[in-house]
Amino acid sequence: MAADFQTPEFREYPAVPNKLVPDATAHLSPFVAKPDHNEKLGFPGELVDNWHDKAIEKMGDLLGKYRGLQVFLDACVKCGSCTDKCHYFQGTSDPKNMPVARQDLLRSVYRRHFTFAGKYFPKLVGARELDREVLDEWYSYFHQCSQCRRCSVFCPYGIDTAEISMAAREILDTVGYGQKYCNEILGKVQTVGNNLGLPGPALKATMAEFEEEMEDDTGLPIKLPIDVQGADVLLITPSADFFAEPHIDGLMGYAKVFHEAGINWTLSSYAAEAANFSMFIGSYSNMKTVAERIRTAALDLGVKRIMVGECGHAWRVAYSFWNTVAGVGSGAAEDDEYGQKLQKQLDHRYPIPQHICEFTHGLLQEGKLRLDPAANDHRTVTFHDSCNVARASRMGDKPGGQFDIPRALLKAACNNYVDMDPDTIREVTYCCGGGGGLLTDDLMEIRVKGALPRMEALKDVMQNQGVTNMAAICAICKAQFAKVMPYFDIPMDTILSTHQIVGDALVLTGSTQETALDGGDDSSEKTEEAAEATE
Amino acid sequence: MAGLFYAALFYFATAFFVGGLAYKIYKYAKTPAPLKIPTTPAPTTQSGVVARMAREVVFFESLFKGNKWIWLFGWMFHVGLALVLLRHLRYFMDPIPGVIVFIQPFGMYAGFAMAIGLLGLWGRRFFVERIRYISNPSDHLMLALLVAIGGSGLMMKFGAHTDIVAVKNFVLGLMTFSLQPLPTDPLLLIHLALVAVLMIIFPISKLLHAPGVFFSPTRNQVDNPRERRHVAPWAAELDKS
Repeated sequence: MAADFQTPEFREYPAVPNKLVPDATAHLSPFVAKPDHNEKLGFPGELVDNWHDKAIEKMGDLLGKYRGLQVFLDACVKCGSCTDKCHYFQGTSDPKNMPVARQDLLRSVYRRHFTFAGKYFPKLVGARELDREVLDEWYSYFHQCSQCRRCSVFCPYGIDTAEISMAAREILDTVGYGQKYCNEILGKVQTVGNNLGLPGPALKATMAEFEEEMEDDTGLPIKLPIDVQGADVLLITPSADFFAEPHIDGLMGYAKVFHEAGINWTLSSYAAEAANFSMFIGSYSNMKTVAERIRTAALDLGVKRIMVGECGHAWRVAYSFWNTVAGVGSGAAEDDEYGQKLQKQLDHRYPIPQHICEFTHGLLQEGKLRLDPAANDHRTVTFHDSCNVARASRMGDKPGGQFDIPRALLKAACNNYVDMDPDTIREVTYCCGGGGGLLTDDLMEIRVKGALPRMEALKDVMQNQGVTNMAAICAICKAQFAKVMPYFDIPMDTILSTHQIVGDALVLTGSTQETALDGGDDSSEKTEEAAEATE
Repeated sequence: MAGLFYAALFYFATAFFVGGLAYKIYKYAKTPAPLKIPTTPAPTTQSGVVARMAREVVFFESLFKGNKWIWLFGWMFHVGLALVLLRHLRYFMDPIPGVIVFIQPFGMYAGFAMAIGLLGLWGRRFFVERIRYISNPSDHLMLALLVAIGGSGLMMKFGAHTDIVAVKNFVLGLMTFSLQPLPTDPLLLIHLALVAVLMIIFPISKLLHAPGVFFSPTRNQVDNPRERRHVAPWAAELDKS
């Protein structure tokens, strides 16, 4: 592997915190956005001349709009609880990657301009003027945070570094110092409808290919419908599901589940993207604009339900924010015209939006799917909880459903399932290292180093419990792992989509698999067997 | 003379403490939280949120998950401080309620727990590299101030006693705006001056973590974004465009 940096070594005792190596990753900065990228999103094209004043003004504006930011900047007592929790700190030993130190990059300027102590006793409270060096430091280190919220779990005041880094990036965008990767992609999704910039006809051609592949595989005409007027379900999925491995296999898994359930569903070429990178750059207005494409598609197609494919931050945006920014949800007030307009069209007997895992899990519980876990006997599977799903959303009715539902699917679909070290999963799961707008080649070093804790935990179960594959429910996690695993001598195809594993085990009515299993068509037994399989 | 100075000091400190804190709390309360950002898994009901907040405030649940040493020292200090404060209520009340009488002996030992907790936290600022890195001079001074308050208090209790009856008269006098003489033992004067300083810096320092935790959206929000449309006033304006 050609790289101008060292892949971090697995640690003997991952629980022991690192020795600090100041400025170890001070040289890392993502490519700066071009004027064109920034302007499309309503930001100045290049760093403006009066950036100092504009930045401080924006900070004041955000402090008045976001209570979280105001409280988080005031409340930190520097207790140190978060200091060893960040995967980037663990992988780099750079003290500025400790969550509190990362926050302090912004907090120091907040104190200088917005607090009594910082104005009159700056040295005493570590307040700093915002100069060019500080601005560049923001650009560097706030793009070494994947906004995974792991630190917020351990903070006695719930201070969330993700919120701080979102605010910092919004300030940077406001002065014309945006990041190329996020802003370029946001331009594409707002003009073409997906992050890839894949136009409708190309999308339809790709889906036709996948349909053929599935037909060859199962002998059944499984569809990937697009822009079907009057469909019951609109599926919004990350565009990576249309072109990347192992994402595509997940998409085919969803299609198989829909087919077996006999649901009339559709994709939308206008809103062919679940991802919403506006969250990464902390831009409420852009988040609203991007999410409103889904609202528009739902209104135009007249769908009753809206589902979301496997994607971490997208599920956070969908679950936590869609209702707020686009009215995609339930419970809008009577006099809320904007909210009511879409909500009166939707079927509120189902959760809106609904995660594809919730949907598949519901079908399993109702005995509507027949799974043959033996189809996955060549695999021993573990599950990577994606950060945004784990700590910023939910599935099902109960808190923690986001951990249990995907695991229930995997356990129903394969006989060999193993969890990784409890200190690395569920609520305290580690980020893949590529989230939060960092999934770009110009940040490869921080991506590899940030993957260390997850790679250690995975390697451990691979060596000691025979794990062959890790399933995920996030497009970024999948892309990131496929890329960084080789640095740690783990085969890149170790990472799989959860719905690929489900799809592989799914015995479709009338498929060649069913014939092989049953030796003939005997659909009357289907329901009974399905019930057995889920027990 | 000392009495007059201390009376003025405490009127000022109290006004600044109450006014400053009220201003901050008002600011926190009126600033909207436009997005649902509870750290999940989070409670799905309001009563669940009350329980989560209670665990956070009483037991420091998140800190316990994060670091057992910080939790141990931090919790010792805060519980100690709470008991010591309750014990001090006897200077403000006449007659003294039974509960306050009952906790007097506990409050006495709590003073030591408080001091040990503080010294533990302070030690970490010197000896743990990560925490040394994130500590500003003000973080050390804050601990020095609290240790000095606790130390001077303990020394009065277990060493050079002061005339607590006179102290109580002075305090009750402050509350009824009739100035009474204040004993002039150095320990007492130091103790009281430092307490006044603490009250003054409270609303302009990291001590704002005390009201702040109740307003933290990652801890005080109900996890129900799909069931209810949550829109802040400034964000609702955007719906209209």
